[in-house]
Formats: sequence, structure tokens, C-alpha cells
Amino acid sequence: MAAAGDTPPDGELLKTPLYDLHVARGARMVPFAGYAMPVQYPDGIIAEHKHTRAAAGLFDVSHMGQAFLRGDDVLAAFETLVPGDIAGLAVGRTRYTLLLNESGGIRDDLMATRIVENGADALFLVVNAACKDADFAHIAGALAGRAELEILPDRALIALQGPQAEAVLAEHAPACRDLVFLSGAEMTLGSAGAFVTRSGYTGEDGYEIAIPGDAASAFAEALLSDARVAPVGLGARDSLRLEAGLCLYGHDIDTATTPVEAGLSWTVGKRRREEGGFPGADTILGQLADGAPRKRVGLLPEGRAPVREGAVIRDGEGNAIGAVTSGGFAPSLERPIAMGYVATALSAPGTAVEIEIRNRTVAAEVAAMPFVEPGYKRA
Amino acid sequence: MADRKYTEDHEWVEVDGDAGVIGISEYAQEQLGDVVFVELPEVGKVLDRGDEVAVVESVKAAAEVYAPVGGEVLEVNEDLNGDPSLVNSDPFGDGWFAKLKLSDPDELDELMDEDTYKKFIEGLS
Repeated sequence: MAAAGDTPPDGELLKTPLYDLHVARGARMVPFAGYAMPVQYPDGIIAEHKHTRAAAGLFDVSHMGQAFLRGDDVLAAFETLVPGDIAGLAVGRTRYTLLLNESGGIRDDLMATRIVENGADALFLVVNAACKDADFAHIAGALAGRAELEILPDRALIALQGPQAEAVLAEHAPACRDLVFLSGAEMTLGSAGAFVTRSGYTGEDGYEIAIPGDAASAFAEALLSDARVAPVGLGARDSLRLEAGLCLYGHDIDTATTPVEAGLSWTVGKRRREEGGFPGADTILGQLADGAPRKRVGLLPEGRAPVREGAVIRDGEGNAIGAVTSGGFAPSLERPIAMGYVATALSAPGTAVEIEIRNRTVAAEVAAMPFVEPGYKRA
Repeated sequence: MADRKYTEDHEWVEVDGDAGVIGISEYAQEQLGDVVFVELPEVGKVLDRGDEVAVVESVKAAAEVYAPVGGEVLEVNEDLNGDPSLVNSDPFGDGWFAKLKLSDPDELDELMDEDTYKKFIEGLS
């Protein structure tokens, strides 16, 4: 038996502050973005996935990059790197945005929260683990002299996701009830100061909790002592975000995909569309006006066999029209689902396509995303 | 106790006369995690030892299963089409994949017996 994508364990892997907790709970640890991370616990991916949708899952996302960006005109400065309306963010609000390159490709996707420190504006950034070194070098370099980046390597990040997340966290920090989706505030958790945002990447209501590394394990154990909470690994994190139609960087989006192609046009703020002034603006504004040649779509393959990243998508005549970028089994729907890019002319939901699996093809239908309705608390 | 023989790739074969039932081991199903689909071979297909006999799809990834011995496929486990999780819950029993008519019983001598395989997987962690 041989599994595709097996990676040999690496002796040099970094550990998050929750490493011992994962091992003690029987997690299978795998290398991910240079860290030893739990892919699943003994319950398995399907059970962890369903528990998150039904109650609350605890995820260690401490491998992600956290930083503060400060400067007199930090909001305007950061806007030179991303297409989001950052200046228009209210204090305490969080925005999903994209670091772009000069051709309009996506260097990374990230969360930015506007905060105020001693009366001055600042941004709290959370970026992908695999991109963090490059992102931080890019941000610090591009904004040198205008804004200062403080990287926070000693902080853990714990995501608590699911319909019971609010009730669980409120026992430690009642103020978490006051946050709406995509907003954040400082809170005291146990004896530690933490920054809590109502956000996540599972399609569920929930929180991401940035907490000092030396306090993370005790707080995670306190959450896990609640019967409503189960630890959830990267395997279920992936199946949850796929059901929610959310992009995984390096798979569904990369430096060769633009926000318009990726179905992320909504991240280009209204004012930014009028003013431009972000990397690749000519390409992106052109695609917003005239359309992009290809689009990211959801895919529902017939039958039980999952289609995987890299599988060629064909039209009814057998012409290649794109490829799958994420594919797997959806535990909530008990069927395979996928996303990928197809020629824009064939991107309407309901379009019949074929996807290659090994030596055959399966029929599939272009589908609207998300596959599972999100549970965000917007108000 | 069944006379089960193992490969280093965690397939097993259990011989009864000139036929052998094949599957994957407890260790293999644990490593794979939740199995959601098994692509089985066609009955009548003739396999050489080491040929791909099935593909197991877990939530995360696909894994190929290789024939521990050569032979003609006599029967496949159709129950896996309805409930692929049998591979997880009963890998040495109801989670079997296929039954082969052995083309060369001497190939069995190349495989590990139960004790040798146990020591082999202990050495993997």
C-alpha cells in the first residue's frame, strides 16, 4: 500500500506550544509548513468534522504567522499591498484580504484587524504558516520607513469553532458574546491577556484566540475539559473549509491566480475599485470590467469516488477546460465534493463536466458554493 | 488462527487451498484513517505480484493497494461499495478486498508471517 503525498518525518520540525497536548491526546503528528502538526486524533477525521458542525472543535493554528503593523499612516500604507478597504475598517473589525503581486496574482490570503494602541492605529495580521516568512519580509520591506512590523513568534493561536463555541468561550470570557463575525477585542483568559476575534475558517461560528505561548496549553486544556469541545486536527480543518467553499492557499489560490478568477472579487473594496493603488490593479480592474478567462467553481462528482487536486476537468466533448484544486469527501454531505478552475464559459452552476480519476472519467456538475451553509453570527 | 502472510506495504493474504483472500492490515487502516471509497478490480483480471489491485480513498488521500501474490481475481468484496468503512472496522475480516486464484503458491514464501510482520511494524514507529 502506498499513499500519495506521504512525506517522511523530518527531525527538524518546529513544535507549537500545544505539541505535548496533541501527543498526550493520541494525535497523529505530520509535517506541515515546517511544523509537527496533528492531522487527526483517535476519533478520526469524519468524527472530528461532524463534532465541529454539531458542537465545538478546538484547533491548534499556532503555526500561522501573527504580527502587528504600526505606523502613522499604517492603514493607507497597508492598502498599497492589498485590494481591501483597510482605511474603511472600523476599530475592532477584521477583514479577509489578499497580498497581491504586480501581475495581480495572490501572494497569500490573510486576516487583518484594526486596533488602536495608545491612541494610534495599528493592524493585527494573521497569515498562512507556509507563507509567513515570505509575507513578513515582503510587508516589512515594501513598507520600510512607513510602517513597522512586529512579528509575534511566541504567541499561540487557538481556533474554537462550531455552534457551541460561543457558549463554551463565554464561560471564560463573557465579552465574547458581544463580538460579531469578523470583529475582535482583547480579553483576559485565565491569567493571560489574549486577543480574540470572532472568525475562523470552517464555515461555523467561532473564535480565533491569540494567547501567549506559555499560557496556551493550560487554556486549551480548560476548553477541552468542557464536554462540548473536542480536539480537531488539520484533516478535518481541510474538509470543513472545503465544504464552506473557502480557498486553501497554495492549492486553490496562488501567485498565478487573480482575485477575480478565484471568485474573490468581493475582497476588492468599492473605493479601491475607483482609486486603484494596489499591486496588479490594472489586471484586476480590467478583469472586473471584462471578465476573467477562467473561474473557480464548486464541483459535485457523481458516485462515491473522490476527485483529487490536479485531476483534469473536461467538457462533454473531451476538451480539457481546467483542473481540480481541492477535492475530497464531505462528511456533512456524505459525498465527494471538489473545487477547481474551469473556462468561464463553462462555469455556470449546473454545467455538466467530466473529471479524470485514474484511468477513467466521472461525470460531475458545476455547483454553487458554499456546499454547506455557514453559521456565522453577523449581528 | 489464520495463516495470514504480510507484505512490507501492509497488504495481507490468507490462503485457502489454491485461493487467497487479500486485504490491508490493522496498521494500514489506522494510518489511512476513515476510508470513504474503495476501487476494486474486475473479476477475471489477472494480476502479477505487486500489481495495483485496488485503490483506497480516505478523507484525505488515495492509496494504492498492491497484490501480495499474483493470480486471477475470482471475487471482490461488493460490501465495500455500500460501506467502505468496513476496511477500518474489520480490516482482517469483513473489510477484505478480493479473492485471487494463486498463480504461483511459491510466492507466499517471500511474505512475512504474523510474528515477523508484528516486529516489522514495531520498527516503523
